[in-house]
Amino acid sequence: MSETAPSLRPPLITGDKSLADVTRDICAPMDCKPTGWWWAAFIVSVLALILGVVTVWYQIATGIGTWGLNKTVGWAFDITNFVFWVGIGHAGTLISAVLFLFRQKWRTAVNRSAEAMTLFAVMCAGIFPLIHMGRPWLAYWMLPYPNTRGSLWVNFKSPLLWDVFAISTYLLISAVFWYVGLIPDMATIRDRSKAGLRQRITSLLALGWDGSARTWHRYETVYMLLAGLATPLVFSVHTIVSMDFATAVIPGWHTTIFPPYFVAGAIFSGLAMVTTLMIVARTTMHLENYITMNHIERMCLLMLSMGCIVGLAYGTEFFMAAYSGNGYEQFVFKNRAFGSMAWAYWTMVVCNVCVPQLLWIRKLRTCLPVVFVIVILVNVGMWFERFVIIVTSLYRDFLPSSWAHYTPSLVEFATFIGSFGLFFTCFLLFCRIAPAIAIAEIKGAAHLKKPPARVSIVKENAA
Amino acid sequence: MSHRVLFASFEHEDDLLAAATAIRQKGLRIIDAFTPYAVHGLDRAIGLKPSRLTWVCFVCGMTGALGMLWFEHWAASVSWAVNVGGKPWNSLPSDVPVAFEAAVLLAGFGSVFALFAVSRLYPGKQARNIFPGTTDDRFVLVIDETNAAFDVVRVEKFLLAFNVVETCERIQDGGRYS
Repeated sequence: MSETAPSLRPPLITGDKSLADVTRDICAPMDCKPTGWWWAAFIVSVLALILGVVTVWYQIATGIGTWGLNKTVGWAFDITNFVFWVGIGHAGTLISAVLFLFRQKWRTAVNRSAEAMTLFAVMCAGIFPLIHMGRPWLAYWMLPYPNTRGSLWVNFKSPLLWDVFAISTYLLISAVFWYVGLIPDMATIRDRSKAGLRQRITSLLALGWDGSARTWHRYETVYMLLAGLATPLVFSVHTIVSMDFATAVIPGWHTTIFPPYFVAGAIFSGLAMVTTLMIVARTTMHLENYITMNHIERMCLLMLSMGCIVGLAYGTEFFMAAYSGNGYEQFVFKNRAFGSMAWAYWTMVVCNVCVPQLLWIRKLRTCLPVVFVIVILVNVGMWFERFVIIVTSLYRDFLPSSWAHYTPSLVEFATFIGSFGLFFTCFLLFCRIAPAIAIAEIKGAAHLKKPPARVSIVKENAA
Repeated sequence: MSHRVLFASFEHEDDLLAAATAIRQKGLRIIDAFTPYAVHGLDRAIGLKPSRLTWVCFVCGMTGALGMLWFEHWAASVSWAVNVGGKPWNSLPSDVPVAFEAAVLLAGFGSVFALFAVSRLYPGKQARNIFPGTTDDRFVLVIDETNAAFDVVRVEKFLLAFNVVETCERIQDGGRYS
């Protein structure tokens, strides 16, 4: 099996590595001082994070009147960012859970960082509804707990409440999935580091892991169960997010296509973000032998297929609006494509549907700079998708006298930049303190070459 | 109860698997193996039964789903029924999403904590530092020596065919090796 596999498929790891090489290479970024690139990225991220913290403080102290919202457009930047970040997270789960169930071994090069990305993206997402409450210190009111008001329970018929449960479950399960995957690697770091702080921390986190086959056997069972649980979870989360809109009687939102459309969009945007991070990690941390062009190409193909599904959804939406015979529905879609916010709509179409078509060409999808530009454009396009869905459905409502326009305020921009600051600060720290590639998983999947047989000893004994 | 065990270490999973299968065919008992990653097929090679943790997951998931369904029903139509837009108080479809999330949450945490409990993994536990390199690039088989017919020299020679790197005898006492 191991002998024939490499000839059928490109090897998962290039450069003729031994098991010990794999451990050493992946742990290397943690052992040496950070590079100049890392420091530059870290400083920029921390500055963005500080900007975010200051503006969040300001808008909570002053009130969310600091945003550009008005009576007609009561949901805009904030919820766009929320859906954007939740969507980013979904590709992490797709890679770690769905591709695991499909036995896609190439996922081992990227699953650890994709899971970390999920965790940080969901953290960023969660901040926006919290700010939108205006009084985030009362966030616990969203939970059904016995209270002195009756008890007055939460409204279980509201998709916004489903969202509370969906997002918090998603955050917790993603965190557990990530940590469970980290345990064997923590043991590896524990065993290779000298006595000191790092060894103490990793031995605490490794929970006394010793690589016993019995533990591995149970561990594999649990990992499979978690993957099986996370897969429907990821679909449920974005379905519920889409229901925040789809259950409202707003033309442009009230459609049954929303759940699959949102899930496909979420995975699409997340794949773009994972690929962005992969390219950055590959280049800055010298992991070219582990995150190979083969990996990048596969990500591109996934992105291409998702981009086509998203394009199909855009078309279907228009067709259904025309076919529905509903004047309001038809108006919203005409207004989206040709109204005063048409620039946002066409940015979305170009970035999400047209640009990814370049990935059909093998030469382009194996050229890193081109791929990098494409994934950045997809990230931009997917942010605009949410913006288009939310704002263009609202700003010209049923009553022309209440039509309004929406311009985001500086505070909203700064908060969005701040969320990027949080995301990248967390991600860069993660790259320094934990192995960015799942060591134990990649060793198992890569089927490394057998070391030369110990013939000499055998002969000696036979003699 | 303490007894003698033989440690045999290998450099490649194929050697480990072949050695484990051959040793069991000779009628010897394999106590455990230590590997840097989950070796595919090792559970069958050393004779481990399928884990029952799936049942823990199922029971936790069902508890989460049914418990949350009951709670939603009780909160929305018994404890304080609130009329929301004229919808029925106890509307089962709208209870499904939250019940599903509760099922996933409980099933996930339940099976992970069950894994920790069954495998005795907890913070602050010292690894039974069995053999250097088992979390890096060494595969180790632990063979039971209690069988009266066990001949260390013969077993060691037998293992040479599987590219064994190193063998040594240790004492096993409960979960510890010394």
